[in-house]
Order: sequence, then structure tokens, then C-alpha cells
Amino acid sequence: MAALTPSKRIQYLFTVNPTAILQLGFWVALSIIMMTVDHRYQYLDGLRDVLGTVVYPFQYLMRLPAETKGWLDQNLAGRGALLEENARLREKQIFLNAQLQKLTTLEAENRRLRSLLESTVNTPERLLIAELLAVDFDPYRHHILLNRGRQHHVYVGQPVLDQHGVIGQIIHTDPFSSTAILITDVSHALPIQINRTGVRTLALGTGNFQELKLLHVPNNADVKVGDLLVTSGLGGRFPHGYPVATVAKFEPGSPFANIIAKPVAQLDRIREVMLLEDAPPDEKPAPVAAPMAPMAPPPAHRP
Amino acid sequence: MIAAPRAGSWVVAFSFLAAFLLGGLPLPGWLERFRPDWVAMVLIYWNMALPHRVGISTGWLVGLLLDVGRGALLGQHALALAAVAYLTCQMYRRIRAAPLWQQAFSILVFLLVEQILVFWISGVIGYPPRDWWYLAPAVGGMVCWPLVFVILRDARRYFQVS
Repeated sequence: MAALTPSKRIQYLFTVNPTAILQLGFWVALSIIMMTVDHRYQYLDGLRDVLGTVVYPFQYLMRLPAETKGWLDQNLAGRGALLEENARLREKQIFLNAQLQKLTTLEAENRRLRSLLESTVNTPERLLIAELLAVDFDPYRHHILLNRGRQHHVYVGQPVLDQHGVIGQIIHTDPFSSTAILITDVSHALPIQINRTGVRTLALGTGNFQELKLLHVPNNADVKVGDLLVTSGLGGRFPHGYPVATVAKFEPGSPFANIIAKPVAQLDRIREVMLLEDAPPDEKPAPVAAPMAPMAPPPAHRP
Repeated sequence: MIAAPRAGSWVVAFSFLAAFLLGGLPLPGWLERFRPDWVAMVLIYWNMALPHRVGISTGWLVGLLLDVGRGALLGQHALALAAVAYLTCQMYRRIRAAPLWQQAFSILVFLLVEQILVFWISGVIGYPPRDWWYLAPAVGGMVCWPLVFVILRDARRYFQVS
């Protein structure tokens, strides 16, 4: 507020601020207008970008304690512990390499068979590693903030994975950071397929990090507890075949079975994630190519 | 008594910044639910101590930055913090005279109003709270109020912010 004369200051001491209710009314009205516009249209994205760039250094600062701890852990670890970890990693590497060899032949065979069938070949995907900047403070909304943005060619709709499986997808990009929605968010639906049988369905978020709900599966469908669910590739957002969840509960219901699945990714303890890039952004087809996009924005209500 | 009117603005700004950073600090599991809204508490303090400088507009602006920082709807925290600032600026004379532990109860009410407004808006856009735990941060804030108050008061006296 502007500088005050002594008399004004005394007035503040002894009387009620006469313009308080007017001020409140003004700011509340402005907030409501902004929230409506922000929720329905994209006009405020520019403002969010500008403010986001201002806030970004502080968000980065917020990560410092965790980062320092990680650095200390790395630098103060004992020689014995390091050697042990090294041996363990080497063993794992050999194990993974052996698996990879099998995978390479399988992939080659798969490609050959697909070319025989003249169907499209899956293009190899590229990965971008991103780190978690913050989680949404609203505990009922599963959004996370990542430290990669438009500068790193992150785009809206990009699939986000961790080492175990699918986590979610990007819903908003800033120049240096981006927001991802998790598959357990109540507004998220993911087209999936049961790996064993090929039954297709949708996995809905429940707002609980440990639960997904499967939609419209008949009671007599071949689903067992422990079945792996993978992305079906329908909808065009997620490529086919990435693990999503395992069936945790199956009970017959009316009209459809109640099926609860547990995500394979550890959604409540994410540190590093991978952003899947199916093609360089300049070669990417327009997003119109996803008619059944799981997170299609709500149709704009124009007057 | 009346020095340069804007002396010590940086103290206010720095305390808001510290509160924002504190909000992102990892806490052990069960404490997480009670994580106080530090920014709202700092706002209430400055509102009570310097009502002629930190008012409803400041609350709104801080709330807007909070919205961006937390990825909330633009205006969600801004509205809630403007309301909190309004309540504080109507009541600060009575609260200021009360002992610290009684102040804490008024703070509880303010923080409850803030939480309810924020989550009511969340509910309107399709994320209704699923249980009553969302009110827990207000309780955490009440418990932490004496600490916040003493720290900020000492800072204010030391740097002679008025």
C-alpha cells in the first residue's frame, strides 16, 4: 500500500477500514472470473507461463534439501557399501542383458512377421528422463510437476512412465516445467487390455494411489486376480503394451463385474520418471489424430 | 516512529518466500496430513502486525503466486487468502490483545475458512474431498501458531519493520 500520513495511520488504528468489503468484493469477483476462464478456456495460459517462470526458481529451491541428501548419500557412502552395490548392479546388468538378447531376436522376428502381414511397424520410442519438482498440494488431485518443459520438447499428451510401468500423461507444459496427471486421478481414464486374454477395457482413476477401477467388464469375462493389464494403444495417446496394473480384486456385480486393479508403478513415491517420445515433435502428426483421446479437453462452451 | 514507509518490505517478502519453501518440505507420513499452510499463517501475522501495509490485495497476490506454484486453478488460493486477509483485517484489534494460545483458536477459524473455500472450489471443478482429513492442516496451523508468531515478531522487531 502507498505511504500513509500520520492521521491516516491513526484512523486505521481506531476505525474499521471502510474499503475492506469493497476490496474483498473486487478480488473475489476477479478470482471467480479468472477461475472460470482458467477452467474452461486457454486464455490465461500466457499469464500462467509468465508467473510460472517467476515461481520456477523457488520450486527448484524447494528440492534442494532432498537433492542435498541424495548428494551426501552418494559422496559419503562407505567403500564396502559401494563395492557391494557395484557387484549387485553388475549381476543385474548381466541378467538384464541376457533378457535383452532374447528381446532383440523377438523384436526382429516380430518385425519380420509384421512385414509379412503388411501391418504397420511400431516405431522405436525415445525416452526423456525427468525429475519430480512437486506434487499437487491438493491431496485429492493426483497431479505432479516435472522439471522438463517446452524447452525440452515436452508436449501435451505425452505418456509418462517409471521403471515399472505407466504413470500418467502430460496435461500442461510451461517453458521449463510441465504438469502430468497420474492414472489414479479421478478424471483420468486409460484404455487397457488384459495381457493374458486380450480383453479390452478402460482403467479409471479412483483418487487412491493403490486402486484403479476397470469399467464395463462382464461378469463372465476371463479375468483372474493377478492378471497383468497393459496399455491397449487405443486412443492414440499411449503406445501398445506397457504394463499398467495387476488385477487385485474381482467380484461379480450388476450389471458389470467390480474389478479393482493395483498400479504396478509406485505412484506415491515417484522420484524420476521417463517421458516417452514416439517421434521428434516436428514430425508428430497433429493431435487431431487421437479421436478417442482419454483426456480430450472438454468441448469449449462458446456463447 | 514513522520512518521510511516501505522499510523492511524485504523482511515481509522473505518470510512469504520461506513459508512457500517450507510448504514443499517432505514430512514423515502421518505429519503430512497436518502440514500447516505456512503461507496463510504468515499472511495472517503480517496482516495483524501491519494492517496498513499488508491487506486484502497482498493476500490475493500471494494466493495467485501460490496457485501457480502449486498448479491449482488460477484464483483458487487467491480467493481463499483474500477472504482470510479480510477476516483478519476486520478482527485484528481483538485478536492482537489476546494471549497467544487464545489467538491460536482464532487462527484455527481463519485457516478452516481457507481450507473450506479451497476445497469447495476443488469440489466444484470435480475433485470433491473424499474424507474430513482435508481440515487437518488447519489444526496443524493452530498448533504451530505460537512458534510462527514468536519468530515473525522477533524478526519484525529486530529489523524494525513497521
